[in-house]
Amino acid sequence: MSRPQTRGEIMTSTESGPDTGQLLALYERMLLIRRMEERLRADAAAGKLPGAVHLYIGQEAIAAAVCAQLATSDMITSTHRGHGHFLAKGGDPSAMMAEIWAKRTGICKGMGGSMHVADFSKGILGANGIVGGGFAIATGAAFAAKLDKSGRVAVTFFGDGASNQGVFMECLNVSSLWKLPLVFVCEHNRFSEFTPAAMVTSGEIVDRARAFGMPCHVVDGNDAVAVWTAAAKALAHARSGAGPAFIEAHTYRIQGHLEAEDLMLGGGKYREKSEIESWIGKDPVERLKALLLSDGHAGEAQLQQMAQRVGTQVENAVKFAESSEPADPDLPLELMFVGRTA
Amino acid sequence: MARKRYIQAINEALHEEMARDPKVILFGEDVELAIMGDARGLLDRFGRDRIRNTPICEATLTGMAVGAAAAGYRVILHMMFSNFIYTGFDAIANQMAKLRLMTGGQAVMPITVIAAYGGGGANAAQHSDSGYPALVNLGGLNVVMPATPADAKGLLKSAIRGNNPTFFLEAIGRGGEQGEVPDGDYTVPFGEASVVREGRDLTLIALGSMVKPALSAANKLHAQGVEAEVIDPRTIVPLDTESLIRSVRKTGHVVIVDEARDRCSVASHIAAILADEAFSALKAPIKRVTVPNVCIPYAPNAERRVIPGDERIVSVATGLVRSKAA
Repeated sequence: MSRPQTRGEIMTSTESGPDTGQLLALYERMLLIRRMEERLRADAAAGKLPGAVHLYIGQEAIAAAVCAQLATSDMITSTHRGHGHFLAKGGDPSAMMAEIWAKRTGICKGMGGSMHVADFSKGILGANGIVGGGFAIATGAAFAAKLDKSGRVAVTFFGDGASNQGVFMECLNVSSLWKLPLVFVCEHNRFSEFTPAAMVTSGEIVDRARAFGMPCHVVDGNDAVAVWTAAAKALAHARSGAGPAFIEAHTYRIQGHLEAEDLMLGGGKYREKSEIESWIGKDPVERLKALLLSDGHAGEAQLQQMAQRVGTQVENAVKFAESSEPADPDLPLELMFVGRTA
Repeated sequence: MARKRYIQAINEALHEEMARDPKVILFGEDVELAIMGDARGLLDRFGRDRIRNTPICEATLTGMAVGAAAAGYRVILHMMFSNFIYTGFDAIANQMAKLRLMTGGQAVMPITVIAAYGGGGANAAQHSDSGYPALVNLGGLNVVMPATPADAKGLLKSAIRGNNPTFFLEAIGRGGEQGEVPDGDYTVPFGEASVVREGRDLTLIALGSMVKPALSAANKLHAQGVEAEVIDPRTIVPLDTESLIRSVRKTGHVVIVDEARDRCSVASHIAAILADEAFSALKAPIKRVTVPNVCIPYAPNAERRVIPGDERIVSVATGLVRSKAA
């Protein structure tokens, strides 16, 4: 299965897309996400991280292209595979790294970890360990945005697996009914944890959204420019007060459901190596790089500089995490309630 | 002071708090028509932005409450019957109760969830539960259970103004009961039990709907020469353990009355605390009067059998005090 089977409008890179400055920023953000996660992959393999990490490698174009068009006051909900959304929305790489390392300087003081990175001050209402846990939070946030007429929007990122949760349908209904400024971004990465989508998902996910009458876009999620263009339309629709919009972005999860999944699989497998390799050939970061070079947006030297800058950011984030104090073990008692100890 | 009905006191609190703070919003199933009585007049006064009927989708409503609170609103979610809390339990248990800790304190969630709980109305098992032990065990939720109109008003106002998610559980079928309600901006702080009746021989700790039968039992015990002290914790999270311990130290006997099923009930929890903290003062075992570990049946006679009433309380209390005399 090399191309997604879709019945929706296929967005292409030829429609009004990002300018050179935007493309370069987009590429740099995608590269940051990639390099941060490659480092996490290595540190997970080396046993340096206390908890599991679910990596976003191969899906970077989606978070980066959508969030590049959001203001700080706009709100997102993310998934258990949430590092990319956090960084794309402007979350601090060092605070994220320290969180995953369970340090008190972490963005959640070490109380949430990889699956729960959040920065409310930047509209990042959190990665979420519950599959589908973000739908209703984003719907509530979008309701708030509608009430305060601030023009802000909410975006809920979710996977094909989450689309099988009932709350997905409920939120499509409420957001359409109330014309909420909400954009659904389905990242169809072809796996529900360890199960191929075809085994657990009937029909086309986009058709579920289409039933509620909202504008729907189906895109190649590994084409950053196509995602950008679809997101521009969806966000404009949501901001106009006309109600929610839907994007189904087809992509592929290069890494396992979580790092070190081989231990859990115990020799079993749910996909072929050749399939993974074919998708590595469609790497969204490499594709955007090729576009930048071929269309004259940037030269090799400029991209080299950018890669160095990103590399320094990652190194700084790891140093910050490594050198920070462990989380405060007494903090849970203080944090359960505002104003009193649990 | 003025005499007011329980439901009217709740309605007044909603009106006053929505007038006080434009960020207070209320949504839920059939709230525009105020089907449960407590939301009467709110739609006309505050409009459809702030008072809104929702589809029947509790799993979404509880999550929406979290999202709207995260985005700056004070949310009142009306869930009608407390059994519907189960339908919306994922976002309650996994988001509402946890996000403050999980985000390192970033999430502040001023959410009040209103639901009517308990049996006695031949509503059968799916509309009659007292499911608060599950809420209490989650850790991050306040749970308040007003027994009187005054406490209903005062606790609801505190809940709406507070910055923690709070379940405000109305005793079902009691909306018509009257009581004195202080005038003006009356609030009741969380974590302060109320001594409803003083007594020297026995402590009756009664939760929410059970305060009424406990008081009735105390009057019957008085006729037998036993003076029961009746204490209403009013809020079960936070729980005013000091007042409970103080009373038990005074009387040496305690019966805890709770409309929840016995297994892992709040009565069991209070019993454990008293065993730890007041053991030396106890002259007899701690007794619980609760619902047996069954679902609430439909038939009124069967329902009366399982839900604690004053006769069962009197019977347990006299057994306890007599065992000491013997």
